Amino acid sequence: MKLIYEKSQSGRTAYTLPRYELETPELPEALRRSEPPRLPELAEPELVRHFTELSTRNFGIDTGFYPLGSCTMKYNPRVNERLANLPGFRDLHPLQEEEGAQGALELMWRLQEALVEVSGLHACSLQPAAGSQGELTGLLLMRAYFTERGEHEQRRKIVIPDSAHGTNPASVTMAGYELTPVKTDARGNIDVEDLRAKVDEHTAGLMITNPSTLGLFDEHVEEIARIFHSVGALMYYDGANLNAVCGISRPGDMGFDIIHINLHKTFSQPHGGGGPGGGPIVVRDTLEPFLPVPQIVRDGDTFRLDFDRPKSIGKVRGFTGPFGVFIRSYAFIRMWGPQLKRMSEIAVLNANYLLARLRDAYDLPFDRLCMHEFVVSARSLKREHGAGALDVAKRLMDYGFHPPTVYFPLIVPEALMIEPTETEPKEVLDEFCDALLAIAREAADSPELLKDAPHDRPVRRLDEVRAAKRAIVRYGFEDHPDLGAEPVEPRQLEAQKGA
Amino acid sequence: MTPFVSLTERDEREMLDAIGVSSVDELFRDVPEGVRFRRELALEPALSEPEVVAHLEQLAARNVRDEVSFLGAGIYDHYVPAVVDAVLQRGEFLTAYTPYQPELSQGVLQAIFEYQTAICELTGMDVSNASGYDGTTVAADACYVAKHVTGRSIVVVTEATNPQVRQVVKTFAPGFGLEVVEVPHRDGVTDPDELAEAARDAACVIFQQPNFFGNLEAAPELAAAASEAGALAVAHVDPLSLGVLEAPGSYGCALAIGEGQGAGNHQSFGGPHYGFLAARSEFIRRMPGRIVGETVDAAGERGYVLTLQTREQHIRREKATSNITTNQTLLALGGLVYLSWLGPQGLRELGETCLGLAHHAKTRLQEAGLEPTFSGQTTGKEFAVRVGRNAADVVRDARAQGVHPGYPLGRDYPGLDDSLLVALTEKRTPADIDRLVEVLAS
Repeated sequence: MKLIYEKSQSGRTAYTLPRYELETPELPEALRRSEPPRLPELAEPELVRHFTELSTRNFGIDTGFYPLGSCTMKYNPRVNERLANLPGFRDLHPLQEEEGAQGALELMWRLQEALVEVSGLHACSLQPAAGSQGELTGLLLMRAYFTERGEHEQRRKIVIPDSAHGTNPASVTMAGYELTPVKTDARGNIDVEDLRAKVDEHTAGLMITNPSTLGLFDEHVEEIARIFHSVGALMYYDGANLNAVCGISRPGDMGFDIIHINLHKTFSQPHGGGGPGGGPIVVRDTLEPFLPVPQIVRDGDTFRLDFDRPKSIGKVRGFTGPFGVFIRSYAFIRMWGPQLKRMSEIAVLNANYLLARLRDAYDLPFDRLCMHEFVVSARSLKREHGAGALDVAKRLMDYGFHPPTVYFPLIVPEALMIEPTETEPKEVLDEFCDALLAIAREAADSPELLKDAPHDRPVRRLDEVRAAKRAIVRYGFEDHPDLGAEPVEPRQLEAQKGA
Repeated sequence: MTPFVSLTERDEREMLDAIGVSSVDELFRDVPEGVRFRRELALEPALSEPEVVAHLEQLAARNVRDEVSFLGAGIYDHYVPAVVDAVLQRGEFLTAYTPYQPELSQGVLQAIFEYQTAICELTGMDVSNASGYDGTTVAADACYVAKHVTGRSIVVVTEATNPQVRQVVKTFAPGFGLEVVEVPHRDGVTDPDELAEAARDAACVIFQQPNFFGNLEAAPELAAAASEAGALAVAHVDPLSLGVLEAPGSYGCALAIGEGQGAGNHQSFGGPHYGFLAARSEFIRRMPGRIVGETVDAAGERGYVLTLQTREQHIRREKATSNITTNQTLLALGGLVYLSWLGPQGLRELGETCLGLAHHAKTRLQEAGLEPTFSGQTTGKEFAVRVGRNAADVVRDARAQGVHPGYPLGRDYPGLDDSLLVALTEKRTPADIDRLVEVLAS
């Protein structure tokens, strides 16, 4: 398919703008644009066709089952799109006076209250832009907390399990902390003995998901909390897997002090092809003074922004956060109401059903009931038939499914991480299992079917090594290279797919 | 239960049987008793779809509408064309996630490649990432790039840079191991000599063009001052100014960053929007965030993938160039559709229209006795004006007459309590400017 720049014809336009017959002031020559940017030139019909055609080359939840583990790809209610586009929300300027934004402030305050209840903690900031930013914000809260106690120089270490998302260690470095990895035990829990040996007065905190990226609830979470709190360290809960435990077990009750919540996972903000997200943080009362500014507070029947917070870490993003995301998540929570626990129950039921149907055809690294997701391995398929997790993933596309996350968590070889969410009907789960069972048989009978997959997508498997080596990251117009004319080199996998 | 789940009693029974447990509760047997939540969540009662719509319509009605607004200060009331909203509501884009599986994601991958191209064209840079969170966080990202490229530990930000950008940089700087130095403005602009002095040991210098006051900086001189000191010159630019103002890549900047909202996103009380970050090619392997690259498939056909992933957190973990995962792809797609709608001619015309309106407003206010705060400066679509008394009071009085006259600068700049920052977009008319003059001159 052509790039939009290749469809461009000089002189075509799609825009219309008002013309006011006003004098345009002269700009100093040194500051004036010398060469116009080569933006596309198309009339509106071709513009719409271009993006419509692109959309047909994309797969979303609306297209079909999308069990991308750790990403909670649940159905995104259409009503939320209508609500986010109400003119009273959509056209509101973020610096509008508080009295002109009471509805927006009230919505955010109500969302905060709901998130506080679900997390079992005390105070919320909606400001972080996504889960990763929530992590970084949470770590900066730890810094501020220990700095005030005069312990910052002493406490340099953050403990992270070897099953963690890559964002956790990346955030640790960006917050100026040092990483202490801790092992996973034979049941998929954190290795408590390893942990005990690594936690001391130099530890600032722990950072985990629970359930873990293996989809397993840590059976020792109470003991883990005792270990950290006994040395005065803090516990950070990465809320990436919160969809498993709403109304079942609250992070605050597990002993965590700080949590971020991915609104685009548990609370149904559409993922948008890679964002936007929302990463509110909720904290124990001892950390509340350090939350970002402004805080949204209620005074009787009115709501206002509180900037007068001298201990605050500052701002982590513009204004009060991604408001459009808040609208969708608030509406989603209001449609569930107090029965939100049922959402998590069905998510966990769906995952366990898939696990029960697949357990004999794939390797099971940890033989336990799972929570909202689980990890199986294609290790035996790889060893016996030469077709691994990536081949299984690509073959799933031929059956009409988006693949699970593959090659993650890193501690499971040939990992397939499967998360169905609560919004899939049993028939879809069955069709997906039938496909994975058929693929396991195909691996034995005709492994090339897997290795050549996918067969009916707009493109075949892509050469990622060449992409990284040549790094063509923009259209080059008349100088654009033709990669198809260059010699092919052996292909290898650069990265995990998902999470 | 909500209409978003399909489970029937019969399904549940069959599934529990297949699992080999007798109840859903049994699925949670690994959750220790001591951390079980034993009451119902204290959430407000569930609402049906018509009820939730009515509830949120009531909330939306408590926000102001039909006000003639001259608020800007980083977020602008530019027109968002219908084609943008139409494309963004395509479920294939809206409900997909990060394109980890390229064969199922060529649509969004090609769109991001086209977006990266558009940002490079606007800024005069060689490489753009797939988006950052907003116009503030990309400044912090730029600091992290500069720290690693230069090995230096000071970042310089001009005081005439958007206060929220400066605040976000200051929040993240301690974690990055960076110290922030601010260079004061002199009559609303930055003095290149003063900047050169501050830049001596700096990793980067961040300035805004046009700056927060709407004034045009001597941007080429500021960039030169940074570069000569061995610091990366980082320009924070308004994408919609770049049809009339020079591209940062053409005056020696190492990085160009900015807030994308005005180009294709609704104001939405501050988000979600997209930030952009573009750089010269030598910094490509230090870039934060996703980048899409062109390649070929097994049959030699052109296609697109996420590339240079060895920079990223899921591969490099604690040594990654950033922790970013979910970015702002849908909003950046809105940016691409918008910039394609405008084209080069529309971008220039839009820039000139806004300049013309701002010039007209400034002249009319001056005729009514309201002087610009920074009299000798050339301004863009935004300018500061003295209103003769506390600007916050002026805002209150003007709003009572249905006009929001702009942002009171005293909130961020002590000493400018009598100044308003007034923004003009193509949606404001000469008649709107008449009303502004009327309420401010009264």
